[in-house]
Amino acid sequence: MTKIQNLYKVVSNRRLTHKTWVMTLRGDTQAISAPGQFVNVAIPGKYLRRPISICDFSHERGEIVLLYDVVGEGTKAMSEMNEGFSVDMLVGLGNGFSTSSVGSRPLLLGGGIGTAPLLNLGRALVRTGKQPIAILGYNTSADSFGMDRWFEEIGVEAYIATVDGSMGTKGFVTDVIRRFDIEGDYFHACGPMPMLRALCTSLEIPGEVSIESRMGCGFGACVCCSVETRDGVKRICKEGPVFRKEELIWK
Amino acid sequence: MEMKNMKVSLSGVELQNPVIPASGCFGFGYGMAEYYDIDILGSISFKGTTREARFGNPLPRVAECAAGLINSVGLQNPGIDEVIAEELPKMRKVFHQPIIANISGFSIDEYVECCEKIDKEEQVAIIELNVSCPNVHGGGMAFGTCASSVGEVVKEVKKVASKPLYVKLSPNVTDIVAIGNAAVEAGADGLCLINTLLGMRIDIKTRRPVVANRMGGFSGPAVFPIAVRMVNQVAHACGVPVIGCGGVSSAEDVVEMMMAGATAVEVGAANLVNPYACKEIVENLPDVMNRLGIHALSEIIGIV
Ligand SMILES: Cc1cc2nc3c(=O)[nH]c(=O)nc-3n(C[C@H](O)[C@H](O)[C@H](O)COP(=O)(O)OP(=O)(O)OC[C@H]3O[C@@H](n4cnc5c(N)ncnc54)[C@H](O)[C@@H]3O)c2cc1C
Ligand SMILES: Cc1cc2nc3c(=O)[nH]c(=O)nc-3n(C[C@H](O)[C@H](O)[C@H](O)COP(=O)(O)O)c2cc1C
Ligand code: FES
Repeated sequence: MTKIQNLYKVVSNRRLTHKTWVMTLRGDTQAISAPGQFVNVAIPGKYLRRPISICDFSHERGEIVLLYDVVGEGTKAMSEMNEGFSVDMLVGLGNGFSTSSVGSRPLLLGGGIGTAPLLNLGRALVRTGKQPIAILGYNTSADSFGMDRWFEEIGVEAYIATVDGSMGTKGFVTDVIRRFDIEGDYFHACGPMPMLRALCTSLEIPGEVSIESRMGCGFGACVCCSVETRDGVKRICKEGPVFRKEELIWK
Repeated sequence: MEMKNMKVSLSGVELQNPVIPASGCFGFGYGMAEYYDIDILGSISFKGTTREARFGNPLPRVAECAAGLINSVGLQNPGIDEVIAEELPKMRKVFHQPIIANISGFSIDEYVECCEKIDKEEQVAIIELNVSCPNVHGGGMAFGTCASSVGEVVKEVKKVASKPLYVKLSPNVTDIVAIGNAAVEAGADGLCLINTLLGMRIDIKTRRPVVANRMGGFSGPAVFPIAVRMVNQVAHACGVPVIGCGGVSSAEDVVEMMMAGATAVEVGAANLVNPYACKEIVENLPDVMNRLGIHALSEIIGIV
């Protein structure tokens, strides 16, 4: 039995934009088995942990990278964790993205901080010989934190869309697909719910999306995160956070 | 260090130790068996079960609080028949200790039907009648906050249940001893307390309740002193064994709860923030007993 709760040392924690930070931690990564899984971070002084997607990880180096937006007290406290700080995390939570049964040209569609888990997914897809294309959507250029460059570094072509047109294509990720006639045969998406709903109801190719909810535990014990799917009731933290587009019911 | 005796007995049901994950915080156990060998636990109280399958309340159904959380799950469960057909067999594969069946309902008929069915399951050793769930309308706590309706439901269930019947009490009452006595007079073999306290949080940015159901059940370390007080009152006044519950997070808390009067102790919220909470409590108990000069846990029950 792999222990899912461990202590991790902060290797670096720096600010990328007015709200987004990137933290690198070192420790036991054995419980991580797929891109798109998440960690649950204990915050000193807070009772509940905070779920954050694994943006990238390396078993060889024993490293985990987290990208997070400072939106409240918990993530504010994360931004104050200095190098050397010891963080109590549950790791390797959730099902993660599938990398085997997808097409050869998968689209990685991310909105805002939801682009985070797509980076390691891109790495895994490239490793299995696929040619993923990343399309990253932000509200404005000030929100973009250089994810497009990280994608290019791992050999994934990347496009940007901004709602106000201050960077890349004006509009949403779907506008990029239309503008450049991008043909994918599968999509993996993570971002705000309205974006995921639009993708699931408009894209004709098969795909899967990573969804969020407030969580009590993050590992399946409390059923605080249940959703009704076409295959019955599922826990976002355990059977999810990634669901096939046909599974989800959009009311 | 000498071998410590951690055994306790609940109405004749022998437990290897008093540590029991509380209902709703451990599912049906087998999911947690992915993280450690759950056979080290004294027992498990499984997720509150009703006659029909229930999805529960809309999301969000959890809110952060100082030293605790509010949940408004609302008794999500697959229904008694599915629990018996699917969940218990999975539980039995990984858990070989006595099981506590947590049963809830919206009518006396429903409680009776569920208890009659679960009573026949061999590994179920104790029935825990949840008359105290604050997250459902017209059921659960509606029974548990009125002495006469507690008495009525216990009396009817007692007719069909051969196993020891423990009634789980709500702290959302003015006189918990009166409710406890009503349960005992109607035939309860023991009492379990406390369930969650009705609470509420508001998101001051959106000006809306944090949980979609507006209110929910508050639990966690913040409620521990209230639970200890109520266990102490009930244990001395009601004359039946008590399972103490509420805010327990460490082996020291277990000892304190037992000194207050608990024969066994349930651990709820602590499992949610640390999946290994119960394991660590079981492992730490001998050290704590040693430090406090306790030879057998049964010695300290209700000494305060
Ligand atoms: C599976 C999953 C993966 C996530 N990955 C990331 C990520 O990679 N980067 C990132 O910045 N954020 C991510 N989030 C969202 C992140 O968990 C919340 O932004 C964070 O918990 C807010 O905490 P806070 O204390 O700063 O905010 P507060 O608003 O003070 O939080 C109060 C409570 O609400 C919960 N909460 C608030 N917003 C959310 C939300 N959107 N989702 C879930 N719980 C929430 C918190 O956990 C906490 O219990 C993810 C959420 C989930 C469920
Ligand atoms: C998420 C959650 C779900 C719960 N579900 C149930 C339930 O189904 N039946 C029940 O009797 N109590 C339920 N409870 C109450 C606990 O069993 C326990 O009585 C209460 O939380 C106090 O203990 P704690 O402070 O250790 O959490 C639930 C509690 C939580 C936090
Ligand atoms: S958050 Fe507890 S089961 Fe998903």
